Amino acid sequence: MMDGRLRWRKFVSNFMLAMTGVCAIVSVLVLFFILGYLLFNGGTSINWDFFTKLPKPVGETGGGMSNAIVGSGKILLMASIIGVPIGFLGGIYLAEFSGKGVASVVRYAADLLNGVPSIVIGIFAYSLVVLPFKHFSAYAGAFALGIMMIPITLRSTEEFLKSVPRMLREGAMALGASRWKTIATVIVPAAYRGIMTAILLALARVAGETAPLLFTAFGNRFESHGWSQPTATLPVMIYTYAVSPYDDWHRQAWAAGLVLLGLVLIINILARTILSRGIAVPRS
Amino acid sequence: MQASAKPEFSVNIVTNMTTPASRETAAALPMRMTISKLNFFYGPKQILFDISMGIADKKVTALIGPSGCGKSTLLRTLNRMYETVGTSRLEGEILLDGQNILAQDVTALRRRVGMVFQRPNPFPKSIFDNVAYGPRINGYKGSLADTVEKSLRHAALWDEVKDHLHKSAYELSGGQQQRLCIARALAVEPEVLLMDEPCSALDPISTAKIEELMVELKNLTTIAIVTHNMQQAARVSDFTAFLLTGQIIEFSPTPHLFTTPSDPRTEAYITGRFG
Amino acid sequence: MATTTTAMKSAGPMSGSRSFLAKLRNGDEIVRLITLIFAATVVLITAALVWELWANSALPRQKFGLNFFVTSVWDPIMDQFGALPFIYGTMVTSAVALVIAVPLGIGAAIFLAELAPPRVSDTLQFFIDLLAAVPSVIYGLLGVFIVVPLMRTVIYPALNKPFGYLPIFKGPSYGVGFMTAGIVLAIMVIPYIISVSREVLLSVPRDQREAALALGSTRWESTWKVVVPFAKTGIMGSIFLALARALGETMAVTMVIGNTPKIAASLFAPGYSIAAVIANEFTEATGDLYLQSLIALGLVLFLLTFILNGLARLLIVVTTQKGSEAGG
Repeated sequence: MMDGRLRWRKFVSNFMLAMTGVCAIVSVLVLFFILGYLLFNGGTSINWDFFTKLPKPVGETGGGMSNAIVGSGKILLMASIIGVPIGFLGGIYLAEFSGKGVASVVRYAADLLNGVPSIVIGIFAYSLVVLPFKHFSAYAGAFALGIMMIPITLRSTEEFLKSVPRMLREGAMALGASRWKTIATVIVPAAYRGIMTAILLALARVAGETAPLLFTAFGNRFESHGWSQPTATLPVMIYTYAVSPYDDWHRQAWAAGLVLLGLVLIINILARTILSRGIAVPRS
Repeated sequence: MQASAKPEFSVNIVTNMTTPASRETAAALPMRMTISKLNFFYGPKQILFDISMGIADKKVTALIGPSGCGKSTLLRTLNRMYETVGTSRLEGEILLDGQNILAQDVTALRRRVGMVFQRPNPFPKSIFDNVAYGPRINGYKGSLADTVEKSLRHAALWDEVKDHLHKSAYELSGGQQQRLCIARALAVEPEVLLMDEPCSALDPISTAKIEELMVELKNLTTIAIVTHNMQQAARVSDFTAFLLTGQIIEFSPTPHLFTTPSDPRTEAYITGRFG
Repeated sequence: MATTTTAMKSAGPMSGSRSFLAKLRNGDEIVRLITLIFAATVVLITAALVWELWANSALPRQKFGLNFFVTSVWDPIMDQFGALPFIYGTMVTSAVALVIAVPLGIGAAIFLAELAPPRVSDTLQFFIDLLAAVPSVIYGLLGVFIVVPLMRTVIYPALNKPFGYLPIFKGPSYGVGFMTAGIVLAIMVIPYIISVSREVLLSVPRDQREAALALGSTRWESTWKVVVPFAKTGIMGSIFLALARALGETMAVTMVIGNTPKIAASLFAPGYSIAAVIANEFTEATGDLYLQSLIALGLVLFLLTFILNGLARLLIVVTTQKGSEAGG
């Protein structure tokens, strides 16, 4: 066996392994690059006006995105009200009450729903909530986003409830607690952190979604009152402003991008580190 | 130091053997590998204490002892397999043909000191490609088909697989897979073959086949085997080392160790009083 | 206590048939019913989605039949709708994305699974998970203001000058186009390839790698010739997953693809994808045929991602099972 050949093989080995390191570093650097760029371009454009003022008429500079911020908040709130209970209670059913057959059907439906492209969800919400009422609304947007929150919430609730040790359940039932009391007072609190984490991650995911809002909540240059008007949201504003020809709108898009990304990342980091210390966190 | 056909052994190794008769036997034999004052650590914890022994050329040397005594750890130092664990540390000297293996290139070393593992672990490839793997990566220029056949014959597997060489290795039974792993290890013509409890995951018939194999294989290559089955050690090995909590308690020719052990702890172990 | 009450009740003469009301009084049954309803809602919603997509795309199905998939004319004024340019655009951008993302992603996964110490591996994985959480519209933002100029100033000249005779690199570049969209998509799908491949590689039993090393392999040889092939199916699964994500990607692609419903051989040409055309034209669609044609496109997208996701899951499950069977 030749020394030369061995030396070549070792060189190839070191080289290729170094290349994999490069791949990993590059991938991670992209994240920091995105953050940095947004901070740089968006940071300089953020001012008090951004959060408090309404958009100015097309072509004029200045103004802000207060309506979009409020709109996003409203829609996300309602989306949570729609999606979380369905996912949470459905998950309880899967973990605590259901038989194998029903469980696999529900799980399959949830996985299917999870894989549907968000724009198709938008079409669905349009057919169900916009078409019959003949106008765009915050409801419709919330419906679309709410549906998207269901699968993650459902699967995570089921998993975390199932992982609660038998001893805890049996201890409660031995004390005479009924099934549902055991669930409500012992099992759910034990699985609380994992479930909260999943809900936050689901929220972070839909907070950034634009496509399903394009033809449900649509958008609004002004404040929307109530829930049945077209509503401006942060992601849609970013899109609209970014593809426009106005420099000032570009500037505002960066600012909005920074705010949106900051929100999403903070929720993610919060959920992944603080809440889930030690728990396996679901990947999207 | 030059590699020679009949390497010298250190006097220390011999004096570890406790009876004059065994020292004489050992004195006549060349040692393929010698271990001097080996101390081994995983992180802060010391596993092996001051090990000195030899692996006699073209003989079978067995390492026995209760679980946790360090016999597998010791075996794995011989091909530096412990290096896959980050926190491991080794002090002392291990010589192969007179040269310190710790100073050599580890990839080259492992071609010369092969290993068969506790559970059969064939690659997700065909039977042929499993055996041919070693020769291929080492740039073997001759006929792969011949080498594969030769190795499978040495592992007593050829007749059973010769018409199915391109089938997946996973279609073989457990015992056959282990013989395949032996063939795979033999294909690179190692000078020493390390076997880490090779039969513990197998049924008695496969175990018997592999034990027969070992006795023949020692004409080809030096063998060091770890086993928790004392009868196996007594049947197949020429020399046996008994380890307890990381130390060699006794190291002598097998017949001697099993009939007239010199240390009471050895006697206690082989008579089944513990372990 | 509810349990003792029912116990006493069943002791009596009516124990054989408990009335519905009696069942309701038992808190457990109520809770079971309520949670069942919510679980059933999930199935209902999914079924309704599929049904709505199918029902609301009836017109183009009736009018064009299967020709819908092979016609490349998209003319709302003449009521002619063909899906081909969008299918083409979706495929091409996804292909470009995979060509870039797969080698990078698998390379990074190998590093994280085989080389990096556990703490480093987990930390880097954490950042990669964050990358997966970045909203699509943000990628679009960066695409418009960074990748598009980069394409015009650096990438296009670098590829067009030496290789401009190849059909895929011919022609002028406007910054936007198939390749730009492909690049942005690549960045978006890398995290999926990395995280799944990493897990799959980590599940390969130790003694596979050790067996390779024990035969005198270098670290790279043991990784590339033994560990990666062992995990091959799972890695394929991660690629399918990434592809499914790329197909459904809307915002980032819309912002950089050029929004031109034309089929072109050159990667620098502007094009359109299924998701992008729905996003752009849905609210402008006049007439039922137009709208329903867009919905039909949505149905196509749904089916494609449905199949890919299903396959992906199958492949990943098969690999991780194989790892635990073959002696972890």
